[in-house]
Amino acid sequence: MNLLGSLFSSSLGRKFLMAATGLVLFGFVTGHLLGNLQVFLPPEKINAYGHMLESLGAGLWLIRLFLLACVVIHVWLAIQLTLENRAARPQDYGVTHTNRATLASRVMARTGLVVLAFILFHLAHFTVRIGHPQWSEHTFTLLNGTKVRDIHTMMVQGFSNVGVSVFYIIAVGLLSYHLAHGIVSMLQTLGLKNEKWTLGLERFAVAYCWGYFLLNAAIPVAVLGGLVKLHA
Amino acid sequence: MAKLDSKTPAGPLADKWQKHKQEIKLVNPANKRKYEVIVVGAGLAGSSAAATLAELGYRVKNFVFHDSPRRAHSIAAQGGINAAKNYQNDGDSVHRLFYDTLKGGDYRAREANVHRLAEVSVNIIDQCAAQGVPFAREYGGLLANRSFGGAQVSRTFYARGQTGQQLLLGAYSALSRMVGAGGVELHTNSEMLDLVVVDGHAKGIIVRDLITGAVSRHSADAVILATGGYGNVFNLSTYARQSNATAIWRAYKRGACLANPCYTQIHPTCIPVSGDYQSKLTLMSESLRNDGRIWVPKKKEDAKKDPASIAEADRDYFLERIYPSFGNLCPRDVASRAAKRMCDEGRGAGESGLGVYLDFSDAINRLGEAGVRERYGNLFDIYHEITAESAYKTPMRIYPAVHYTMGGLWVDYNLMSNIPGLFVLGEANFSDHGANRLGASALMQGLADGYFVIPYTIGDYLAQQKPGSRPPADRAEFKQAEENVTAMTKRFLANQGREPVSHFHKRLGKLMWEYCGMARTKQGLETALQKIPALREEFHANVKVPGSGDTLNQSLEQAGRVADFIELGELLCRDALTREESCGGHFREEYQHPDGECKRDDEKFGHVAAWEYQGEGQTPLRNTEPLNYEFTKMSVRSYK
Amino acid sequence: MVAPTTKKLFSVTLRVWRQAGPAQPGHFVDYPAANVNPDMSFLELLDVVNDGITKDGGEPIAFAHDCREGICGTCSCTINGKPHGPGQGIATCQLYMRSFADGDTIVVEPFRARAFPIQKDLVTDRSAFDQIQQAGGFISVRTGAAPDANSIPVPKEDADLAMDAAACIGCGACVAACKNASAMLFVAAKVSHLGLMPQGQPERDKRVFAMVQTMDAAGFGNCTNQYECSAVCPKTITHDFIARLNRDYLGALFRAKFKPVSNAAGGGGS
Ligand SMILES: Cc1cc2nc3c(=O)[nH]c(=O)nc-3n(C[C@H](O)[C@H](O)[C@H](O)COP(=O)(O)OP(=O)(O)OC[C@H]3O[C@@H](n4cnc5c(N)ncnc54)[C@H](O)[C@@H]3O)c2cc1C
Ligand code: HEM
Ligand code: SF4
Ligand code: FES
Repeated sequence: MNLLGSLFSSSLGRKFLMAATGLVLFGFVTGHLLGNLQVFLPPEKINAYGHMLESLGAGLWLIRLFLLACVVIHVWLAIQLTLENRAARPQDYGVTHTNRATLASRVMARTGLVVLAFILFHLAHFTVRIGHPQWSEHTFTLLNGTKVRDIHTMMVQGFSNVGVSVFYIIAVGLLSYHLAHGIVSMLQTLGLKNEKWTLGLERFAVAYCWGYFLLNAAIPVAVLGGLVKLHA
Repeated sequence: MAKLDSKTPAGPLADKWQKHKQEIKLVNPANKRKYEVIVVGAGLAGSSAAATLAELGYRVKNFVFHDSPRRAHSIAAQGGINAAKNYQNDGDSVHRLFYDTLKGGDYRAREANVHRLAEVSVNIIDQCAAQGVPFAREYGGLLANRSFGGAQVSRTFYARGQTGQQLLLGAYSALSRMVGAGGVELHTNSEMLDLVVVDGHAKGIIVRDLITGAVSRHSADAVILATGGYGNVFNLSTYARQSNATAIWRAYKRGACLANPCYTQIHPTCIPVSGDYQSKLTLMSESLRNDGRIWVPKKKEDAKKDPASIAEADRDYFLERIYPSFGNLCPRDVASRAAKRMCDEGRGAGESGLGVYLDFSDAINRLGEAGVRERYGNLFDIYHEITAESAYKTPMRIYPAVHYTMGGLWVDYNLMSNIPGLFVLGEANFSDHGANRLGASALMQGLADGYFVIPYTIGDYLAQQKPGSRPPADRAEFKQAEENVTAMTKRFLANQGREPVSHFHKRLGKLMWEYCGMARTKQGLETALQKIPALREEFHANVKVPGSGDTLNQSLEQAGRVADFIELGELLCRDALTREESCGGHFREEYQHPDGECKRDDEKFGHVAAWEYQGEGQTPLRNTEPLNYEFTKMSVRSYK
Repeated sequence: MVAPTTKKLFSVTLRVWRQAGPAQPGHFVDYPAANVNPDMSFLELLDVVNDGITKDGGEPIAFAHDCREGICGTCSCTINGKPHGPGQGIATCQLYMRSFADGDTIVVEPFRARAFPIQKDLVTDRSAFDQIQQAGGFISVRTGAAPDANSIPVPKEDADLAMDAAACIGCGACVAACKNASAMLFVAAKVSHLGLMPQGQPERDKRVFAMVQTMDAAGFGNCTNQYECSAVCPKTITHDFIARLNRDYLGALFRAKFKPVSNAAGGGGS
C-alpha cells in the first residue's frame, strides 16, 4: 500500500493525520490571529497585509486548498474515529467514573463541530462575503498610492453586529478549549512527549489558549466598545 | 504392579545426558508433522514444551483451563531462577549446582536427573535472554545475580520481583509465535478431565470447555501433562486459587504412578492468616531473608506486646542462634520448622500467636530506608496492602505456608510415566527436587523439562510409533472416558446437598494442615486417614452444585477439583504414614535428631515411593524405585 | 489457625451485574453483606457472598480470579465505575475491604468493551489480547539457537525501562477504563518491552505493524490521549509508552516506504 493508504487505513495512521492536520490548523489560526491583531494599528497596516496576501494569486489559492484539505481530513477522520470509539463500547457502565480525562478532552468532537460551523460561517461572511457585496467594493488607498480592498472597514462593520460578534467569541472560546487538549494531545500522537515535560507543556497550552481566546475576543469587543472605529 | 525402570543411562555422571542425547532415537524431519502431541498446561513447562515441539515440526495441541496461557501459576514466581553460569566468578559450577540441589533435596532425588538439570540450566538463561526477558542487569549491561535461599554462591537470575512472570511471558511469546504460525492449536478455557489409554499407551484426553460446557475427545500420538502442583490440597497456600490436581489425579486413576506425594514444601516467609474467609496466603519473597532478621520474643509474656517495646536483649534471633553458619538463610524446611517450634512454645507474634518477626531495622540502619526500599520496595508495598502495616516502621509478621509440592507423577529419565506415551513435566512430575526444593530451582526445572529435555526424549518414544497410527477418537476407550466425565458432571449437578464446595475444601485444608502439615505423627496421620474418607463421603452426599452443565459454572469446576483433592489428600497422608523417616519437606516427629533436625533412614527409605491406583475403595499399591547413589554420598544435611 | 479478630466489622451492599450469557441482557442485583472484616479482600467478600447465594439456592456470581496477588491478570471487576476499584496500582484481588465504609453500596460490573464480550456475570473474553500477541509479540528465536546470555550487553537503563513495560499483566483494565475502549496501553507496553531490548531490534518494525493491525481488527477504539488507562493500570505502566508506540509506528511506516527494494524479495539464489 502507498504511504497515504497506510496512513488512512490504520488507527495510528489516522491519529497521525489528525495530529498533522491539527498542527497545520493550529499554525494557521495562530498566524491568522497575529494578522488580525493589526486591526488595532492604523488601518493602513491591516489593509496592506490583506493586499499582500491577495497578491499571492495562485499561491494564495494553493494555500487555501491545502488548508481546506486539512480541514476536510481533520473533520472527516474526527467523525470516523469518534464513531468508532462509540461503537467500541456498546454497553455503557452503570456508574460512570472519570479518573483524569479533562472535560476539554471529552468534548473534542463537539467543540470541533461548533468550530466547523463557525469556519463555514466565517468563510461565507468574510471570504465569500455573501449578503455583503459592498465589502468587495470598498477600497482603501495605501500610502504608496496602491488601491486595495478595505478590510478594516469590513471587520469593523462585520463585528458591529452583536450576533456575529457573540458567535465569534463563542467560537474562538471553543476553539481555545479544543486546543487546550489538542496541543498536548497532538505531541503525544506524534510521539514527541514524555512525562518529564508534560507539566510544562500543559502550562504552555493553557497560557496559549487563554492568550488565543483573549486576543481574539478583544477584536469584536473593541469594535463593539468603540475602541476600533471606522476610519475616515 | 507397575514396572518402574528409571532408564538412567550408564556412564559417568557428567556424560550421561550427552551420551543419552546421542543414542536416543530421532524422528525423521519429514515425519514430524505426522505426529500429534497433546500438551496440557502452559505454565513454564507446558508453554516451553509446546513451543519447542512445534518449532521442531510436531503438530501440537495445547490445552489450558485458564482463559489465556499467560495466566498459568508460574506467573507468580517472584524470586528468581538458578543457573550455573558462574558469571560472578564465585566458584559456581554445574557440579556445585548439582550438589546443592541434591543436598537441598535431602538425597531423595535421582542423581542423573539433577545433574542434567544443572547442565541445561545455562542454556535456559541464554534462551530467555534471547527472547527478550528483561533480566536485572549491572551498570555494564551484563546480567546481575543474587544469592538465594540456602546457596553460598550468587547464581540466581531475576527480573525485579517478577521473575516467574517474565520467564513465563518469554515462553508464552514463543508459544504465541507458534500459535500464530499454525504450529500449535491452542485451546483455552479447556479443562482436561480424563486421560485416554489405548492398548496400554496414553493416546488422548477428554476435555470440558469451561465456557460452553461442551465435552470433547482429542486423540494424539503422545500426551504431555505440565499441569503444575497440587498444594491447594491444603486449601490455603501460596498457589493460585485455581491450581489443582485434577489432571494428574485422573491420570493416576488410569494407571500412572504418583510418586512421593507427601513431600510438600512449606515456605517460611508468608503473610499469616487473618480470618476464616481467607482464600490464599501471600508469599513474601525469600530474598527478604538476605537482609531481614527473624526473631521472636525470648519470653512468652512478651508475645502479644508491641514489638518495638521488646528490648534487644529480650529478642531471640532463633535462626542465627541455632544455625550460626547459615543463619537467616538456612533452607526453607529448616526455617519453617524452627518458626513453628517457636510458636508452639507460645512465643509466636501477633494476635493469633502464629507468626514470627522479620525485622529490617538493622538493614535500614545499614542501608538507609532508601536502600531498603530500592531492594524490597515492592514487597513492602504488598505487605502494606494486605496488612495495612508499614514494614519500614514495624517488623513484618510472617508464618510458613504450603508453597510447592515435590511429589508428582512418577517419570523415568525421559520424563515418561509408567504409562507409555504419557510424559509429565514441571511441578506435575516428581523428578528433580527430592524431598525438598531449593529456592529458584522450580523455574529452572520447568524450563529445562520443556525447552531442553522433552524435545529430545519424546522423539525416542514417537520414533517407535508408526506415523498415523494414533487411534481415532471414536474408539471405545474414548467413548468410555467421555461417559465417565459426563456422568460425574451430571452426578454433581443432580446432588441434593446443602453446602457449597468451598465448605469442604476448607475442612480438607484444615485436616491436612493439622495432621499432615509441617510436623506429622503416626497417630495424627492415622486420624487423618479416618477423617478424610468420612469427609469424602459427606462431600458426595452433601455438596451443592447450583447451575447447569452447559454454561460457565465455577461451582461445578471447583466440585470436580475438590473431589480429587480429597482423594489425593488421603493418598498424601498414606504416603506420609508409610515413610517412616523425616526428610526435607516430610517431617515425622518420631524421627528427628535431638536438635529437631530430620532424621533420615537411607537404609529403609532411600527410595522413591510410587503409588499405584487399585480401584475405587482399594488401598493403593506402594511401588518403590531404589535411589542408587553412584557418585555422591548420602550425608546428613547440616546447615549449622 | 484463625486469628480471633479485634477489628470492627461492618456492612455493605454489593450491587452486582448479573448476565446469564453473552446474548442475554444483564441487570444489577443487590446483595447485602454483613460482618465485613476490613482485612478481608474484596474477592474474599465475593466468595462469602457466593457461598450465601449457593446455600440459598441461587446461582453464585461468576467472577474471574486466580493468583489473588496481582500478577496473573485474571481478576477484572469494575468497581464503582473504576476498573479494579479504588486505589492506585492494584488489581481487583489486591483491594481490601478497609477501602470501604459501613453502609456503602458498591457497584460491581464487568470490564466493558466490544472487544471483550461478556461470557457470564463479571467474566469477559479477553482473548483479543492473545491474538495481538500471536501477531507479533515475540522475538523469533528457536529453542537452542540462542547465543550466550552475556554476549549482548543491555544498558541497565534500557533493561529497567523494558521491565517497566514488561510488567503488564494483561488484565485489560486499560481497555475497560478508556472512554474509547482502546487497547493502546497494552499494545504500547508489549511493543516497548521488546523494542527496548537489543534482541528485539530485527523484528521491531514488523512487530509494531502486525500488533497494531491486529489490535485494530479486534474492535478496540482509538486513543484520544486522555490517559484513563494508565490511571487504573495495576502495574502503573505509563502512557509515555503510548507516545513511544506512536513514534515507533510512524517511524516504521516511513522507513518501510523509503527502503530500497531487496533482491531477496525475488526468492531463492541466482
Ligand atoms: C508464590 C510462588 C512463588 C514462587 N517463586 C518461585 C521462585 O522464585 N523460583 C522458583 O524457581 N520457583 C518458584 N515457585 C515455584 C514455581 O513457580 C512453580 O513450581 C512452577 O512455576 C510450576 O510451573 P509448571 O509449568 O509446572 O505449572 P503451572 O505454572 O502451575 O502451570 C500449570 C498449567 O496447567 C494448566 N492446567 C492444570 N490443570 C489442567 C487441566 N486439568 N486441564 C487443562 N489445563 C490444566 C493450567 O492452565 C496451567 O497452564 C513459586 C511458587 C509460588 C506459589
Ligand atoms: C481550526 C480549527 C482546528 C484546529 C486548530 C484543531 C486542532 C486540533 C488539534 C491540534 C488536535 C489534536 C490532534 C491529536 O490529538 O493528535 C485536534 C484533535 C481533534 N479535533 Fe480539531 N482542530 C480544529 C478543528 C476541528 C474541527 C472542525 C473538528 C470537527 C469535528 C475537530 C475535531 C477534532 C477531534 C474529534 C479531535 C480528536 C481529539 C482527540 O484525539 O483527543 N477539530 N484538533
Ligand atoms: S497495560 Fe496495565 S491495565 Fe493494561 S493490560 Fe497491562 S497491566 Fe492491565
Ligand atoms: S487474581 Fe491474579 S491479578 Fe488478580
